[in-house]
Amino acid sequence: MSKKIRVLVAKPGLDGHDRGAKVIASALRDAGFEVIYSGLHQTPEKIVSMALQEDVDVIGISILSGAHMTLFPRIMDLMAKQGMSDVLLTGGGIIPPEEAKELEGKGTGKLFGPGTSTRDIIDYINTWAAEHRA
Amino acid sequence: MNRNMNQWFEDFSNGSMRALARIISLVENDEPIDDDLRDQLYQRTGQAYRIGITGPPGAGKSTLVNQMTKLYRQQGKTVGIIAVDPTSPFTGGALLGDRVRMDDHTLDSGVFIRSMATRGSLGGLAAKAQEAADMLDAFGKDIVIYETVGVGQSELDIVEAADTTLVVLVPESGDSVQAMKAGLMEIADIFVMNKADREGADRALRELSAMLHLRPAQAWNPPVKKAVAMKNDGVIDILETIGKHRHHLEDGDLLTRKRKQRFVKTVHALVSYRLKQDFWDETARQILEGHIESLDQKKTSPYRAAKQLMANYREGVR
Repeated sequence: MSKKIRVLVAKPGLDGHDRGAKVIASALRDAGFEVIYSGLHQTPEKIVSMALQEDVDVIGISILSGAHMTLFPRIMDLMAKQGMSDVLLTGGGIIPPEEAKELEGKGTGKLFGPGTSTRDIIDYINTWAAEHRA
Repeated sequence: MNRNMNQWFEDFSNGSMRALARIISLVENDEPIDDDLRDQLYQRTGQAYRIGITGPPGAGKSTLVNQMTKLYRQQGKTVGIIAVDPTSPFTGGALLGDRVRMDDHTLDSGVFIRSMATRGSLGGLAAKAQEAADMLDAFGKDIVIYETVGVGQSELDIVEAADTTLVVLVPESGDSVQAMKAGLMEIADIFVMNKADREGADRALRELSAMLHLRPAQAWNPPVKKAVAMKNDGVIDILETIGKHRHHLEDGDLLTRKRKQRFVKTVHALVSYRLKQDFWDETARQILEGHIESLDQKKTSPYRAAKQLMANYREGVR
């Protein structure tokens, strides 16, 4: 039996808009992934702690609050402290392309903007997993 | 894997949560683990008290686990939780959402929560869940809680193997429970009527009690406890009742017997899992395919097909 790809879908911040996160979570489940859904209002600390306990391959963040320039670096720091260099950090939301590029340059995976098809995200994760997992 | 297995086990012994998480993954993914390392961990088990919680979907199991964990933490006990949810047989995927209701404990290093999907059709879930619980036990957790939806036999097997098994019902469960596997009602050491502030709760309680009174009296007769887990009502009482059941088991050799049974069951589960894996190789699948293709002629009964497959398997083993 092949190993399952485990993905944490997390929704940080104070806004209550988790529709996007839930759509993504369902789409990833239908694509055959094991999806752990975090629920609303997660802090970077909680997200990394969950990812660690669940031993996920991928952390997917949905950010609509505009706080991505603080949240992603913070999550990356915490992941580095836990030695989670083999975990992919990706996500999407309202992120201007130039800022997405900046974050990707700092070491996040690909970040997706509004209107992305779930198929693209699934393909991206599958390709990443094929390349990075033994 | 970029790190060797000994390193993970060493980190585990030093209390690394990441190593605990990774070793549970190794178990789940059926990766070859050195028998000596397994034995070493197994030798450290037996300290944790194991509680199984099951019931129909939406009964409030995760909410109850969350509240129970809060109380255990107040008593200074550490807690490990395994929350099992079904894998879709169509896509192989799973959406594991139990953590949403246990979010209070995410940052508490005294609590470790792991979501587990039921995965493949060949079984193996019960054995894997037991081994994951063994890992939490060996890691030093005082309490290990397994939570499953009480719909499938393998889910019931998991919680039944606990030291104390709770079946959580809600006032509306009445008819659905009748329709459910009879096994659900028989494995309970304690019944919890959750959401007991709802209409119909008293009637549901009476019906449940009446049903239980029809059973022959035993040394331990499963009590029925009312609770509103959302409001933390009745949860202390549930913990005390678990304590009483534990005392009942420890007062004599019942706990030892229960744990011996768990060992036997896990060995059985592992053997059938390994046999099935071994059995359904390429040849076996092709033979079955052949039978399916000639199905419209109705030549071979399923019995003969199975017999042929078995004979073929024995041939291969010899």
